Amino acid sequence: MLEVTGLSVAYGGIQAVRSITFHVNEGELVALVGANGAGKTSTLKALARMLDTAGGDVHFLGRDITAIAPHRLIREGIALVPEGRGVFPRLAVAENLAMGAFVRRDKAAIAADLDHVYSLFPRLKERAGQLAGTLSGGEQQMLAIGRALMSRPKLLLLDEPSMGLAPIMVQKIFSVIRTVAEAGMTILLVEQNAKLALEASQRAYVMESGEITLSGNAADLLGDPKVRQAYLGE
Amino acid sequence: MAKWLNPRSALGLALIAAVLVALPFVAALGGQAWVRIVNFAILYVFLALGLNIVVGFAGLLDLGYIAFYAVGAYVYALLASPHFGLHLPFWAILPIGAVLACGFGVALGSPTLKLRGDYLAIVTLGFGEIIRIFLNNLNAPVNITNGAQGVTLIDPIAVGGFKFSAASQIFGLTVSGPQKYYFFLVALALLVIVINLRLQHSRIGRAWQAIREDEIAAKAIGINTRNIKLLAFAMGASFGGIAGGIFSAMQGFVSPESFSLIESVMVLAMVVLGGMGHIPGVILGAVLLTVLPEVLRYGVGPIQQVVFGKVLVDPESLRMLIFGLALVLVMRWKPAGLWPSPERRRELAETRAEKL
Repeated sequence: MLEVTGLSVAYGGIQAVRSITFHVNEGELVALVGANGAGKTSTLKALARMLDTAGGDVHFLGRDITAIAPHRLIREGIALVPEGRGVFPRLAVAENLAMGAFVRRDKAAIAADLDHVYSLFPRLKERAGQLAGTLSGGEQQMLAIGRALMSRPKLLLLDEPSMGLAPIMVQKIFSVIRTVAEAGMTILLVEQNAKLALEASQRAYVMESGEITLSGNAADLLGDPKVRQAYLGE
Repeated sequence: MAKWLNPRSALGLALIAAVLVALPFVAALGGQAWVRIVNFAILYVFLALGLNIVVGFAGLLDLGYIAFYAVGAYVYALLASPHFGLHLPFWAILPIGAVLACGFGVALGSPTLKLRGDYLAIVTLGFGEIIRIFLNNLNAPVNITNGAQGVTLIDPIAVGGFKFSAASQIFGLTVSGPQKYYFFLVALALLVIVINLRLQHSRIGRAWQAIREDEIAAKAIGINTRNIKLLAFAMGASFGGIAGGIFSAMQGFVSPESFSLIESVMVLAMVVLGGMGHIPGVILGAVLLTVLPEVLRYGVGPIQQVVFGKVLVDPESLRMLIFGLALVLVMRWKPAGLWPSPERRRELAETRAEKL
């Protein structure tokens, strides 16, 4: 579904991502894990077109999207949940969700999707009228994911969903991610919490200094002594 | 729309209409100067609503907004005065002024797309000054703007033989020049207000809101942030351009002095003090900040005379002192503005509740 070939990202002269190649198949939950500064978020930002690429190309459903305008991405079926959540703080929860369907005009289907999001996150329904800025971090993350789902994406890009959240909330968010994935959504997950990410995903790529050093089945990686030593603190 | 049909709102609207019709005649009791002040208040409503699109809706801090007003004013001055010997009709010039101001808006917007907050404020401030300095110096080698002397003898707005500058008899009633301008301005202002209300609740309005709240998220939900931001600059600038043209016609004289930084700051103060992003609040801010200094101008001297028997402090300096104090007090006790939007009020209430 998503084919990334030889992707590089550079800030000035510094290469943050060095010619990485990976892919995501339809219906998969694929994780991109690695330490701080390994280039995970840069990779995702480049895919979401928030950063320019320094080389390589990206294909989605056979179409070249390497140089597409960022706002066009959602029409191609790719929705980004940005790092730090990026909810609209001074809009109510319901308004945030409505914004997620900004590019759609099929009102009946939007209403159905809103019900679907509320069923995934009953908490959001309870707080529908509250301003997003006053939600807790976990609730904001739910809202950001819910808003992304409102565009009815084919691929969901999640950027560090556990960042800055209390452990209980992290568990909760990951169970939601699993639920969304089980419903058939294709997800590319960038995550620092390697253990949780590997447990949730089917396949994973491990990044180190801008390169993919390991890849394979998430379960195998979870058992890999190198991974356990470097990322799981053993 | 159904809301308008209920008897209470209908009565309210009728009352507002009656006040709007009576106002210039009541103001005239205090002299034609007061009618002119009311006219300026409406002109500033135009400007404040235009700036509100940029600052209030899209969240782009613009400190050079008066430049667009200047562009509109000079377009009118140059196309309807003996300076170039051109005397085009106002309905031709006002759109030209709006389009040119809009072009300047895009010219300012495009290089500053990636800037936000303070940085954008600095660049826009510079832009405002550049326009003013150009107007001041474009009299050599070719005399375009007539430099610091400004352009005089600008044609008033006229429809056929009906001139807005002179008094005339309508239905046995003597209507002065400023009063005629008043009705012209009110009609235009109503149009501008309706356009603003429609904009706010349109798709474009929601896109502005999204950009104001979080630009990356706005991109992620499919908003073309570049075009939508440019649109905010362009629309805000067009309103400024139209207001400038009317200013020229009303005054009959323009010079670069009228477009200094303090004017930009005043319009911004109107937006912030009234309630950023909230159309009724912005209108209130514009009216208050235009009328209050004038009331103080005429009131401070006589009051001192009555209280102390003589004028102790120069009214001109005391006036600005009181005015400044009033601004500080409003911002202290009403940080969201005098008449904030319901959302802003709720936000403040919720964040306050959270702290407790």
